[in-house]
Amino acid sequence: MIVASNLSAEQASYRKVVPAGDYWMEPLKQGQTLRILDLEGNQAADTLFFSLADPTERYSAMDTIREQGNIYLTAGTTLVSNFGNPLLNIVADTCGRHDTLGGACAGESNTIRYALERKCMHSCRDSWMLAVSQREEFGMSKRDITHNINFFMNVPVTPEGGLTFEDGISDAGKYVELTACMDVIVLISNCPQLNNPCNAYNPTPIEVLIWDE
Amino acid sequence: MAEIFPDDEMMYEDRIEGGAHWSLVMRRGTVLRLTDLEGGANVGMLFYNPQEKLERYNAPDTLKGQHTFKLTRGHCLYSDMGRIFCSIIADSLGWHDSVGGNLSDRKLQEKYAVQSYQEARNDWTLSGEHCFRVELAKYGLGPRDFAANLNLFSKVATDEAGNMRFVSDHSPAGATVDLRFEMDTLVIIHTCPHPMNPAVDYPRCPISYQIRKAEPVADDDLCMNSRPENKRGFQNNAIYHLTGGYQ
Repeated sequence: MIVASNLSAEQASYRKVVPAGDYWMEPLKQGQTLRILDLEGNQAADTLFFSLADPTERYSAMDTIREQGNIYLTAGTTLVSNFGNPLLNIVADTCGRHDTLGGACAGESNTIRYALERKCMHSCRDSWMLAVSQREEFGMSKRDITHNINFFMNVPVTPEGGLTFEDGISDAGKYVELTACMDVIVLISNCPQLNNPCNAYNPTPIEVLIWDE
Repeated sequence: MAEIFPDDEMMYEDRIEGGAHWSLVMRRGTVLRLTDLEGGANVGMLFYNPQEKLERYNAPDTLKGQHTFKLTRGHCLYSDMGRIFCSIIADSLGWHDSVGGNLSDRKLQEKYAVQSYQEARNDWTLSGEHCFRVELAKYGLGPRDFAANLNLFSKVATDEAGNMRFVSDHSPAGATVDLRFEMDTLVIIHTCPHPMNPAVDYPRCPISYQIRKAEPVADDDLCMNSRPENKRGFQNNAIYHLTGGYQ
């Protein structure tokens, strides 16, 4: 569902450009709104959310899609935690559909999907491993890294049970906005994948913006 | 029903009542056959590497690596480390779910007339969450170690718009699925209802499980050759065993 935002970038309390291959890990307070902006188009933002008070409570892809009865995320979706609580609401979306079944890239899964020789290419999971190692204050480890959202990524499922990776339906300037229902930690990997069309074979920067209540 | 047949192709057979939980370590080169005894079963299942339990079943890698939403014969079930825990070498159903998730304690209370242990003894009403918590805690694991689980014998289909639909009466009595283990694997099992099952009365469906010796994986093995990704997955397992795993 396409819903445009009426927030103005000039009034954001925080703005940060995140290059491809970097992570962004910051708290987002209850009531704050986060925009993830696809600056140049066709860029996947692999994203996880955790409760700031207790990161054991975290985004659950399967609880989220089951509770809304639909496998795609868009405006109107409530992101649900593994404990069944609302974490964030998607309040604006100019892309129309985001994936949460495809997971993130990792060197290990690249060996399966492409070639064993591609094991050392940079990946979202490596960015997350670096994040939990560098940002010790959040008390997280590999145990906490689970199934993510792929904002701006298009992974259609067929009624016959097939699943495909399609060229992105995002474009330069498209964005998604989420309002936090509780204090959360946002962990984004701006995807460095070079082996498939999720970034149009050309990973590019995203911008992260935050508005206070 | 628990019987040991050490010299047979079938080494062991046992039964798990509906709404219960158990766990076991399957060795590489053995087959776990699950049978829905009365129809309507759901088996919630998770896999971990017993040597390094941070390595766990990864539904997204399993699905995207094989371009599939359903799981059936010919598919491999992957860990997050690019290895194959097990292959589905036989399946009488054609569709098993790995996206519907698990029945939480909260949803159990909302949906069903729940009976405590004090009231019902071992016929008490358990959630999948309760079961995974208990079994995983036996190995020092907790909610941080949960992952999207399998729901064997259950089918969740989608339409063109992505709307999800639980298919009732999917699994008849006698339905079977055979998992051939490609590495040593800690298998966590519960037989609680699928969270999307619309039944008003708590479905309590027993299963049996048999452990058999597997035939060696031949060059023309169906699972290894069903997709080029799986050939590489088997290569990763071979490298893992060559280097002694995590020992």
